[in-house]
Amino acid sequence: MAVYIGKRLLVALPTLIIISIFVFSLQKLLPGDPVLAMAGEERDPATLEFLREKYRLNDPVVMQYFYWLGGVVTGDFGISLRTNQPVLELIGDKLPVTIQLAVMAMIFALGIGIPMGILAAVWKNSPIDYLANLVALSGLSVPNFWLGIMLILLVSVNLGWLPASGYESIFVNPVRSIETMIMPAFVLGTALAAQLMRHTRSSMLGVMSADYIRTARAKGLSPWEVVMSHTFRNALLPIVTMAALLFGELLAGAVLTEQIFTIPGFGKLIVDAVFTRDYAVVQGVVLCTAIGFILMNLIADLLYVLLNPRLRATI
Amino acid sequence: MQDSVLSVRNLSTSFLVDGEWKQVVRDVTFDVGPGETVAIVGESGSGKSVTSLSVMRLLNPDASRIEGEVLLDGRDLLSLTEREMRGVRGNQVSMIFQEPMTSLNPIFTIGRQISEVLTRHQGMSKREAREETLRLLEKVRIPNGRSRLDDYPHQFSGGMRQRVMIAMALASRPRLLIADEPTTALDVTIQGQILDLIKTLQEEEGMSVLFITHDMGVVAEIADRTIVMLRGEQVEAGPTEDIFLRGRHPYTRALLSAVPKLGAMAERCWPTRFPVVDVSTGETAEPDEVAGTVVRGKTPILEVKNLVTRFPVRSGLFGRQSGSVHAVEDLSFELFQGETLSLVGESGCGKSTTGRSIMRLVEPTAGEIHLDGYNVLQLDQIGLRNLRKSVQMVFQDPFSSLNPRMTVGASIVEPFVKHRLGTASQAREKAADLLERVGLSASMMNRYPHEFSGGQRQRIAIARALSLDPKVIVADESVSALDVSVKAQVCNLLLDLQQSMKLAFLFISHDMAVVERMSHRVAVMYLGEIVEIGPRAAIFENPQHDYTKKLIAAVPVPDPARRGVRRGLSGEELKSPVRSLNYRAPSRTYREVSPGHLVQEGGDRGALLAASPSTLLRTQSRWTTLRGEGGLL
Repeated sequence: MAVYIGKRLLVALPTLIIISIFVFSLQKLLPGDPVLAMAGEERDPATLEFLREKYRLNDPVVMQYFYWLGGVVTGDFGISLRTNQPVLELIGDKLPVTIQLAVMAMIFALGIGIPMGILAAVWKNSPIDYLANLVALSGLSVPNFWLGIMLILLVSVNLGWLPASGYESIFVNPVRSIETMIMPAFVLGTALAAQLMRHTRSSMLGVMSADYIRTARAKGLSPWEVVMSHTFRNALLPIVTMAALLFGELLAGAVLTEQIFTIPGFGKLIVDAVFTRDYAVVQGVVLCTAIGFILMNLIADLLYVLLNPRLRATI
Repeated sequence: MQDSVLSVRNLSTSFLVDGEWKQVVRDVTFDVGPGETVAIVGESGSGKSVTSLSVMRLLNPDASRIEGEVLLDGRDLLSLTEREMRGVRGNQVSMIFQEPMTSLNPIFTIGRQISEVLTRHQGMSKREAREETLRLLEKVRIPNGRSRLDDYPHQFSGGMRQRVMIAMALASRPRLLIADEPTTALDVTIQGQILDLIKTLQEEEGMSVLFITHDMGVVAEIADRTIVMLRGEQVEAGPTEDIFLRGRHPYTRALLSAVPKLGAMAERCWPTRFPVVDVSTGETAEPDEVAGTVVRGKTPILEVKNLVTRFPVRSGLFGRQSGSVHAVEDLSFELFQGETLSLVGESGCGKSTTGRSIMRLVEPTAGEIHLDGYNVLQLDQIGLRNLRKSVQMVFQDPFSSLNPRMTVGASIVEPFVKHRLGTASQAREKAADLLERVGLSASMMNRYPHEFSGGQRQRIAIARALSLDPKVIVADESVSALDVSVKAQVCNLLLDLQQSMKLAFLFISHDMAVVERMSHRVAVMYLGEIVEIGPRAAIFENPQHDYTKKLIAAVPVPDPARRGVRRGLSGEELKSPVRSLNYRAPSRTYREVSPGHLVQEGGDRGALLAASPSTLLRTQSRWTTLRGEGGLL
């Protein structure tokens, strides 16, 4: 197992290098001069030149890449041009927020999507199936920002049950923290739940026609045992992979949802950084999410192997 | 007679198809007595499986309707609630299925799957169930039961999986075992083992067996009484001897005459057509005598010398090659114009890989192949294209080997068109001509594959193979998937074509009885090597090699008089052809028994895999995985 993980991490290394090159050149290709942005109203050539020298922007591009990479490897992602804080510190501030939002959204997604998918498959072509499909379709087609605004209107403004916006750290005030996150997590979760439901349904239906399900029924097992243990455990395999990838996507931040609920997560950080040409931050965030995504991918593969005895022998 | 265990009265089953009820089983009535074995025999679509699923009430209740009475010890199963029925399934009546490879849940250990029945029906604790499961594994003769309890299905071979299925079915000591084609997907020697196992266990447990099959040989061997079904109706029922010797219904007679019988060719020198029986009248037309077709020229049309084909087995951190599958090992044979050479052997013996190597569909590792003047292994792309004019292939599955979106006419002449052998109108003429030749009508040219039956599709596949006027046809299990009567017709067609076009066939098959009828010469393959080759009569009447003898002995004989012959219950299985990289294939010597009849000499085959049991297990499971995924061999 350890060998397998090691091997997968080794394989991830080239991917990371390619991403780092991409992230680095992205900054070089973007229009606009960071020095001008930094200097603000200042247009004194000497100051600009000083800044260029300070950030080694006059060196060859390749050298700049290695300076940057060397920093990244040692945990130095540079200094934010906008706030003068180290990028790593900024990311460290926002990461728990994003992870909390992603986890809560995933709980909603799995909690709604998978049971709905199972029900829809078991009662295929029945009103339950149609209802589940309807819910899924609306989950996919209703834009997040609209659902978010409607929820704020209904739940916060009219009913006053939950705070409309704001953020509290889960380590400071857990109850308040969860309260503020429920709505954004729900908004994000429903869209994913729709995808998960469709996948669960088709995966379940595929397994239900398998010969071994007929065997299970011929054994006299109850429908519950047949569906939950024999069918669902098998149908889970592709869903696990999908869920892990969706979670990886959530880690990249949800720009619109974070804006609406004013949650200080990755999404907001990256939007702010892009608008102010705060390249160091953009690079740091993109690299971070890339690493997160690769990790989730690895976890997905590992889970797949763990759940599937046929693959266990191969690692 | 004692009271029946199972008594089926006027059973009719209908399916809801496009909003209409369609009856697929009509008015079936039969009894299964205590300890008795009753076989339901019929071809695909006869309703035999639907009958068994109706008894178990395993059909989807929304799309099916079962009428009549199914009495188990006097209790009508059709009037039970679904909940009560669950107490019957797996408990009083249990079932084993055709596909052992897919009938076990891949993600649970076999121990868990068997003990599930015990905890469900016998109210055992997990511990007790585990002990009982162990006893059951011993009962079905799975070696090292205790260490295999926590293995997953993919770690077992097909025959062993079927044993697991049987253990599961026996767990609750059922009154009745329904076996739905339990040996159809298995190799013939494994089939023999499983049939013997069922017979032995039936005696030990005193249960009744309802045996569903299409194979008359199996029926003769196992059934006390037989029911013949045709298109959903029971056309004849009676003691097995009566059905075989004095079957009255024309269909029964047609079915029986179409069954390939091992030993039926004892007096004949050449391949002979199957006798044709008119299904409506039952009149038998004696088979026409086929003249000799073999042209023993100076050079054979196909010559294979020391052919070796291996596939790499990769493992480890960087996927280094850690061993090889020795699919074909040092194979040599010749095939003359108008001759049929059969390659026989069990799955994994390399017979299909041989066929594909000759077609260069897989790249051989070493050796020489000369075909109609081409040195096959030296050919470039253009040469290969031309080679395809000389040799064509007919595959096993007529359902997946035709493109469903092309008319059959277009399919048939596609090779002709692609090789630019003529104009469009010539192609149409060619298609019409070929369709007539294979016994279909030219007017069917514009239809699509789904409009044809399996046998017709195989005829179309044959027509396509003929469109380039090849000299050699590699027929890879071409008749194996067909129903008995259709199989006989397609075999007759192949013989006719050989007669009129002087074709040479490389006939790859696992079916010894068909091989006996079709071949001039036979080569028996085992673990990638030819262990015995010679004229058909020599192989079948004077087999020399142990494996050949075993193979012939394992074929069920459609003669009820020979019932009760047991082959022993040992779970001996085909060994794996996976070898480590430093394995050197031993050089083989052959002994000439009579002219042209060669037998491989000596060599302790058991020592080939002198590995510790754990390594053996690992290679075997990998071997199964290899075979399972994508059908490499």
